Amino acid sequence: MYCATLAIRGIQPGLLANLARTLTLSTPNPHRLPSKIAREDEHLLVAAAKSGDVSAFEELVNRYERKIFRLTMNITRNREDAEDAMQDAFMKAYSHLDKFQEDSRFYTWLVRIAANEALMRLRKRRPNQVSLDEPIEGEDDFIPQQIQDWGPSPEQRYAQTEMRDILRSVIDELPPDFRVVFVLRDVEGLSTEETADAVGISEAAVKSRLLRARLKLRQKLDRHFRQDGKH
Amino acid sequence: MNCNGVTRRVSSYIDGELEATIVEEIELHLKECRDCTILVQQTRLTVHLYYDSDLTDYPVEVRARLHETLRRKIGKSRK
Repeated sequence: MYCATLAIRGIQPGLLANLARTLTLSTPNPHRLPSKIAREDEHLLVAAAKSGDVSAFEELVNRYERKIFRLTMNITRNREDAEDAMQDAFMKAYSHLDKFQEDSRFYTWLVRIAANEALMRLRKRRPNQVSLDEPIEGEDDFIPQQIQDWGPSPEQRYAQTEMRDILRSVIDELPPDFRVVFVLRDVEGLSTEETADAVGISEAAVKSRLLRARLKLRQKLDRHFRQDGKH
Repeated sequence: MNCNGVTRRVSSYIDGELEATIVEEIELHLKECRDCTILVQQTRLTVHLYYDSDLTDYPVEVRARLHETLRRKIGKSRK
């Protein structure tokens, strides 16, 4: 049964001790992927879930649901699709746990499943806007036209909520092909290889789209951040 | 290396994926080109601002529906 409380989880005491130690030791670092300690902890939870401990799977859901919803929203930009994609991703992860190879991170595996679910919905809604491995060429919007200093750090000039609104509005304007690659590589922190695998394109295409996505975002942020942009 | 060359490589440059000789060429250019220096700084900042950024709210009702769905489907699959 999928239980709602930790008290009736039925995880072995050693596992709980490991979890407690992990929570104490792991320090989130915004510039790095989760530590080896977190990976070891994840491995224990996955092992328990694989052996039939549903509450261990629930712990994995609790841990990653917010990030997975963020991912599916970032890809689909549609709340209904994002919610469906998240639900189906967790359900698929649960029913295919026995196929999960533990030489990679569970979270990375889950991200790939969720990205796939979100992409399927995005392609359904916008069939002509999301290509597979077609090269995206064209130089027209590639080279920056005018480069202007952003002045003192924009992070200090804008309140957190204002910055969040700017970042969201700007990423919304990216074409889906670019947005998907950017989200997986630069928001979720997947490697080029993992992103290529999740989207079903070559690593060269990931690099090309990432370059263009970053340049486009920089250009769009420039409208907000250039020194005369805020009065 | 010219401005065009730097722009084409800015992404790989900030990710540290380029060969040492190319990096050297880029950095030589950056010493003389203010525009490309700003481009590199701003591209790096763009990536930094988005990394692990939480731009989406996670509504309680979305969470409740997820857990309800999983409880129902997992319960069914285990019968």
